[in-house]
Amino acid sequence: MKLTYAQTINRTLDQLLQQEEVVLIGQGITSPWYVGTTTVGLLDGHGPGKVIDTPVSENAITGVAVGAAMAGLRPIVMHPRMDFMWLAMDAIANQCANWFYMFGGQVNIPVTIWAIINRGGEQAAQHSQNLVAVFAHIPGLKVVAPSNPHNVKGLLLASVNDPHPVVFVDDRALYAMEGDVPKEPYETPIGAARVAMEGDDLTVIASSWMTNEALKVAEDLKGSISIEVVDLQTIKPMDVPTVTGSVRKTGKALVVDAAWRTCGLSAEIVATIVEQCPRAQAARLTLPDLPAPASHFLEREYYIDRDNVRRAVMQMAGGKGSRRTGPR
Amino acid sequence: MDNLELYKNMVRIRAFEEKIAEILERNPGEIICPVHLYIGQEAVAVGVCANLRDDDVVLSTHRSHGHYLAKGGDMKALAAEIYGRGTGCSMGKGGSMHLCFPEKGLWGSSAIVAGTIPIAVGAALAFSVLQKDRVAVVFFGDGAVGEGSFYESLNFAALRKVPVLFVCENNLYSTHMPIKECLADVDICKKAEALGVPARRVDGNDVLGVYGSCRGMVNAVRGGGGPFFLECMTYRWRGHVGPSDDLDKGLRSREELDYWMGRCPIKRMETELGLAKETMVSIRASADAEVQDAIAHARGGPRPEQGGVWK
Repeated sequence: MKLTYAQTINRTLDQLLQQEEVVLIGQGITSPWYVGTTTVGLLDGHGPGKVIDTPVSENAITGVAVGAAMAGLRPIVMHPRMDFMWLAMDAIANQCANWFYMFGGQVNIPVTIWAIINRGGEQAAQHSQNLVAVFAHIPGLKVVAPSNPHNVKGLLLASVNDPHPVVFVDDRALYAMEGDVPKEPYETPIGAARVAMEGDDLTVIASSWMTNEALKVAEDLKGSISIEVVDLQTIKPMDVPTVTGSVRKTGKALVVDAAWRTCGLSAEIVATIVEQCPRAQAARLTLPDLPAPASHFLEREYYIDRDNVRRAVMQMAGGKGSRRTGPR
Repeated sequence: MDNLELYKNMVRIRAFEEKIAEILERNPGEIICPVHLYIGQEAVAVGVCANLRDDDVVLSTHRSHGHYLAKGGDMKALAAEIYGRGTGCSMGKGGSMHLCFPEKGLWGSSAIVAGTIPIAVGAALAFSVLQKDRVAVVFFGDGAVGEGSFYESLNFAALRKVPVLFVCENNLYSTHMPIKECLADVDICKKAEALGVPARRVDGNDVLGVYGSCRGMVNAVRGGGGPFFLECMTYRWRGHVGPSDDLDKGLRSREELDYWMGRCPIKRMETELGLAKETMVSIRASADAEVQDAIAHARGGPRPEQGGVWK
């Protein structure tokens, strides 16, 4: 069945909410402009006991979801703007992430923390952040970042079924993307990357929206450069064998991450490649270490897209010599 | 629970905490983990928990030994946790500030002030969604009233009318600072009421008063009456952390400490019950014996499994 990414989330939530223990809670769930069309109709279909719109109280609401998960629910707590999750960091990082370990594995927390990236559209520095690396840094959290309608369903189901906390990160830029989505439930395993396109000359490692930009570049350059695209799908625990397996084959790795550079996801991946594939060349393409600007003129300088990926790929494929830090 | 049981439970907590304090003072280094002693506040944990069933849930704070014991946690596992042993209630991963005993409803205690308040509200939300007649109780100190999460959580609990009881143990200090230097208005019940949660202030050193006030609240909460707030006025005899009374640090006065030691919850109950000397001596002796046993168990307990840090 052809569905958009947003429709897929909506239908998957609808399926999940039919389970007694699944609840959807968060600020703006019934707001017409907060979460695109992903939550349309859910309140009417499942009622206010299961679909809970909340006041602007990110720390408490996330803590509430954590407590509800301890008590037998499988809550999905939604943050329509990832930037506001800084206000929920105690509930996420101190409580939720530590709880299972800190109490000797006796109390688990099956909560899904749904985070939405809203970059672009002149939304500026406080409505555009990609905090994937921040959450991936914290022991006790799993982090997934689906890239298309097929794996958004599989990863949402896997996240809600997981006995431990999962930060499920999607990107508004993906919402209109169409794809084939099987009707029946299925899981995309947490911890598994996907080789989205096979190639021999160079590996592009990406996640979420940037996977699709990389795929377009790979398609465009098919005649001249054979690019392998690895879609991480799960950021943590990362599928290192799939990444290193590809990089060993091609000998060149371009890590593309639409997030800040310093101490970011790209640094982690390049470090892993350096440790495990010492003969490979590695470079990265990231956002600059700057807040997002508002003006669309400045946004074009700030964000990366397929043109940046293409230039980075060409530079790398044509270049010789030792490892270097790439085009940005 | 009968009155003598309430008394015995307080004595048991007192005996445990005094023994830990004695070890800290006499054998520096034997206990490495920071401990926040509950001496002086026993009536709160005992009076509240006596109203709860095993399947009611308690969430607690860094000063958690009293809540753990009052809710039915095993004393040997508590001592072992404080000693960093593999037989500890949190398998040596939590220490004194992070205790749990899930089969009796203690789901955990957190060192982040106010951190467990929304978690209790969430547990209560789950009980209400799943239509269980269980109650969630969260203990926190007066210092927690400074955290934003306190206000967010009380508001949401009142909005959704979930079965949670907030118990504020007002011991007049937020670590080193008197609460009147932290709150522009020290009337904490008024703040709870303003958020839509009915509140009552009680003498937290009167176990019968705490028990009685709490009974009505727990029944109301269980019956779907929404959240309640109980503020218990009490005092810790020892300092914020460790065995010292903090007088040497100039944090409070001898007169103030003497006043509150004169209002000892255990002595008060002895008078109320008119206990004979020999009864008191024998109750304390049996508590001391249990404590001695628990400490011996902890001292001789196995270290956590080698490599256990990864599990």
